[in-house]
Amino acid sequence: MGKRVLVIEDEPNIIEAINFILSRDGWGVDTHSNGHDAVDVVLAKAPNLVILDVMLPGRSGYDILKDLRAHPQTAQLPVLMLTARGQNKDRDMAQRLGASRFMTKPFSNAEVLEALRSLVPQ
Amino acid sequence: MAMRPKSSPLFLERRSYRQRRLMDAARLMPILGATLWAVPLLWGDGGQGDAGARMSNSNAMVYIFGVWVVLVGLTMWVSLRLKDDSAEPPSTSPPRQGPPPGAAQ
Amino acid sequence: MIATLNLLIAVCLGYVALLFLVAFLAERAALRGRGAWLRSPVVYTLSLSIYCTAWTFYGAVGYAARAGLEYLTIYLGPTLVMIGWWWLLRKLVRIGRTQRLTSVADLVSSRYGKSPALAIFVTLIAAMGLMPYIALQLQSVTESFTTFARMDDSAMTLEDPRAIAFWVAAGLALFTILFGTRNLDANERHHGVVIAIAVEAVVKLFALLAVGVFVVWWVAGGVGPMLEKIDASPIRTWQMDGGRWAGLTILSAAAFLTLPRMFQVMVVENEDEGALRTASWAFPLYLMLMSLFVVPIAVVGLEMMPQGANPDMFVLSVPLSQGQDMLALLSFLGGFSSATSMVIVAAIALATMLSNHLVMPLWLRFTGGGAVISGDVRGVVIQARRISIISVMGFGYLYYRLSGGGTALASIGLVSFVGLAQVLPAMMGGIFWRGATRIGALVGLGIGFVLWLWCMLLPSLGEGSIIPAHVMAHGPFGMGWLRPYALFGIDGLDPLVHAILWTLLLNTAGFVLGSLVTFPTPLERLQGAQFVNVFQHSNNPQSWSGGIAQSEDLMVMAQRILGASEAQALFQDEAARQGLKGYLPEPTPDFLALLERRLSGSVGAATAHAMVGQIMGAATVSVEDLLAVADETAQMMEYSSQLETKSEELVRTARQLRAANEKLTKLSVQKDAFLSQISHELRTPMTSIRAFSEILRDLGLNPDEQKKYAGIIHDEAIRLTRLLDDLLDLSVLENGQVHLNVRSCVLAEVLDHAQAAAGAQDGTLRIRRRRISEEVMLTTDGDRLSQVFINLVANARKYCDASAPVLTISVRSDGAMLTVDFVDNGSGIPAEAQDMVFEKFSRVSDQKAGGAGLGLAICREIMARLGGSVGYLPGQGGGAFRVSIPIQGEVTMSQPASTQS
Repeated sequence: MGKRVLVIEDEPNIIEAINFILSRDGWGVDTHSNGHDAVDVVLAKAPNLVILDVMLPGRSGYDILKDLRAHPQTAQLPVLMLTARGQNKDRDMAQRLGASRFMTKPFSNAEVLEALRSLVPQ
Repeated sequence: MAMRPKSSPLFLERRSYRQRRLMDAARLMPILGATLWAVPLLWGDGGQGDAGARMSNSNAMVYIFGVWVVLVGLTMWVSLRLKDDSAEPPSTSPPRQGPPPGAAQ
Repeated sequence: MIATLNLLIAVCLGYVALLFLVAFLAERAALRGRGAWLRSPVVYTLSLSIYCTAWTFYGAVGYAARAGLEYLTIYLGPTLVMIGWWWLLRKLVRIGRTQRLTSVADLVSSRYGKSPALAIFVTLIAAMGLMPYIALQLQSVTESFTTFARMDDSAMTLEDPRAIAFWVAAGLALFTILFGTRNLDANERHHGVVIAIAVEAVVKLFALLAVGVFVVWWVAGGVGPMLEKIDASPIRTWQMDGGRWAGLTILSAAAFLTLPRMFQVMVVENEDEGALRTASWAFPLYLMLMSLFVVPIAVVGLEMMPQGANPDMFVLSVPLSQGQDMLALLSFLGGFSSATSMVIVAAIALATMLSNHLVMPLWLRFTGGGAVISGDVRGVVIQARRISIISVMGFGYLYYRLSGGGTALASIGLVSFVGLAQVLPAMMGGIFWRGATRIGALVGLGIGFVLWLWCMLLPSLGEGSIIPAHVMAHGPFGMGWLRPYALFGIDGLDPLVHAILWTLLLNTAGFVLGSLVTFPTPLERLQGAQFVNVFQHSNNPQSWSGGIAQSEDLMVMAQRILGASEAQALFQDEAARQGLKGYLPEPTPDFLALLERRLSGSVGAATAHAMVGQIMGAATVSVEDLLAVADETAQMMEYSSQLETKSEELVRTARQLRAANEKLTKLSVQKDAFLSQISHELRTPMTSIRAFSEILRDLGLNPDEQKKYAGIIHDEAIRLTRLLDDLLDLSVLENGQVHLNVRSCVLAEVLDHAQAAAGAQDGTLRIRRRRISEEVMLTTDGDRLSQVFINLVANARKYCDASAPVLTISVRSDGAMLTVDFVDNGSGIPAEAQDMVFEKFSRVSDQKAGGAGLGLAICREIMARLGGSVGYLPGQGGGAFRVSIPIQGEVTMSQPASTQS
């Protein structure tokens, strides 16, 4: 126990699904659902990994990612980007901004767990 | 639209000569009328002079109404002729922005 | 058969009812756009005949019986003006049309820099000049009644003629109010009135000709014997004071131009300059026919009627004495027509002046901030006009009482003529002389007015009634050179010629001198150039500079004055002309000038100018400054105004291009976003479904969890279905493959259904409706229409941000189209987003409102299918959508509304 994930996502049903899967796998899960203060929440909770949606109310996931990478405390933090707009330019954008991993919705649960395990060594 | 025709042409337009003369005629009508109807001023005021020299009112009526009929006829002729050609005198340009058609209720 | 008073009254009422019917039919025809014949040159010519009042009908014969052929001068003057139309009337009508003038006062005020002082002054002169004229009509109608009553053997005791006059005045006031202010539209044109006047013109001409034919061929026995009778009569010889012959001809020509009622029919009601061509010869013909039989009737009357019979009533009394009651009745109707048509138009014209130049400016001042914050102005205008009409009639009656009702009709009419002729120098100078100034006009008018009062109006009220007899004889305070009939000691002139000579001479002198020594303001000089060179430049150089003005503010103001539908149509037309969508055009100088002219049709030029100026801020000053610099010659003014117009045009074109480009960019970005949007909207529910179905498949769950997660999967599947439905619906609509179920339905029921389906009963949104207006039968697809309404109501429920949200649904019909407005009390949609709300996937707020942003796009497509439209309506104080539906649904199968996506 002890590895914590912060899920930043605005669709309540998707939050619930991720929460359920990760909890079953032994992760501690925090959730947050808007873009305005997402960076502050990351800094406050200091999770081991962040799952970040691109389309958020208030602020886009890309902007949040940029801020995280610019901040010394979170520059190396593993970030898994999720997006529902599965276009190549979205993937490029995410990589350029320094996302650790990029996944398109809908995802398979096993795929998410596998990605988390590889990003955060147990 | 952006370029408005100059209000004074550089050289004389080849407008119908007849039209211009008709306009002159139209301008002359009131002068003709005023002159003809000023003739009764010469008939004397009737205050003095012998009765035989005075104009009788029946003759005066025939003259005045006769002039009237002639003026109406001439004006009608000139107006209708003017109508056939352009509605505007040659040196004027149509109004650039009058009220749009249908604007008036 | 004896024509009793009761019969007369019945005939009058029947005749008035007939006129109402004619006016009503004409107005309805005009409303339906079938009114072209209403504006035919013949109708225009006939409407000019209000020049011939009861003075002509009764008074001319009396005039001829007293003074021979002198009566002709009253018709020779106007004839000369008409046949000289190319000089003057053509220009006057053009000026009136381009400047949208509403009255003589408006013309003078407008010419001299839109001066309110001049407008008020001319209005006062017109009002005072009209008093004797109205009195004249009252007197003639009253006398015609008593003439009949005298013949009445049933010998009902004759009422006091003054009581009859009172009832006649009251009746005419009511008649005029009903006729002239019936429309709630405070418009300056009156189709119904014009056509009624044309009918009256025919009646009075026919009646006078009938009496004339009767007299010449029945009584005298033909033309030859008639001429002999004339030569044997007391008026057989030409006895004419040359001064009166010339003076009266000039005076009648002047009055023909300056009488408010003549200006009303000649310029204000004119809709086709071409009509003037016909009127130029047809109206002199009318005048000639009206005067043709005057002398024969007078001669026969003098011969047959007893000594002391009133010659003013020969037209009636001669047929009556011959037992021709029907002819007398016709003649009575002719006289009644002459009096009523004049009173109606004169009162309307004067009421327009009073309300535009006195009441409205005062009202605007006292209500403070002007039209922008005050309420509906139209009601005030109408009320002001009604009250003006009543006071005009009241003063006319008062004059009748004061003058004792005994004066000959012709001499009363001449008092009016001289009064109104005082406007002539300012008017002619204004049209032909650019150097004429406001001060000059004021000085000239002032001198003329005072002299007219002193030499004519006050003495006309009767010796000793206002001016004491010793003043008439020796001048005020013994100053002999100020005697009313012998100014400057020049004695022995005919009082009328004396008055014409001095008033017009000194008036003109004052006007010219005043203009020569003063300097006009820039606005005056601009207006001067506009008037004098109306044929060269009919565009309006006193342009407002655009950009500063808020189109929306202008629209709010225009709605108050013109009425909502007319203002919206005006703005929409202009926006369309500029190539913009929606209701808000660029406030270009052209548009502002147009708007100002339209407003001036309702409230007068000076007021309209002030109102637009108020919204345009300091623009007035800047234009004046600009012009003060671009000085002196006409060429320079012309040149600078041309340059200004061109650069304005360039700026406007650039602005339009930029707007078009912006829109295109936005559209292309949106098109790009479209795919990624669809992807997003589909993948989001899919994500939940996949995640939970894997959980159900892979992990052991307890029954509660199973049930909960299956529920989520179900909900998301439904969301997905709805989205697909919407997309499919939109695609079908856009491709035009939709099947419409067109049938009859009642609007109220469609709205009821929509209100229920949008979930508006939960109390979060109060809906205000007017049931009565919704009882409209429509032929359309009720389900599709309902779908649109549901969307609009649901949007109001979701987005209206007022603390107590209220949605007002109002319905209006203009014949073929029905408009349904949905106006809420929230903060509305910001102007920059108004263009985009109907695009797919556009959400104005960033709050999660559940929909995919397809609702309004679908609405737009549906309305296009139904042959109507839906649009955003700015300037309503909240979010406002307008749905237009054809009442007889013609369903379009043509191109869909959005061919671009």
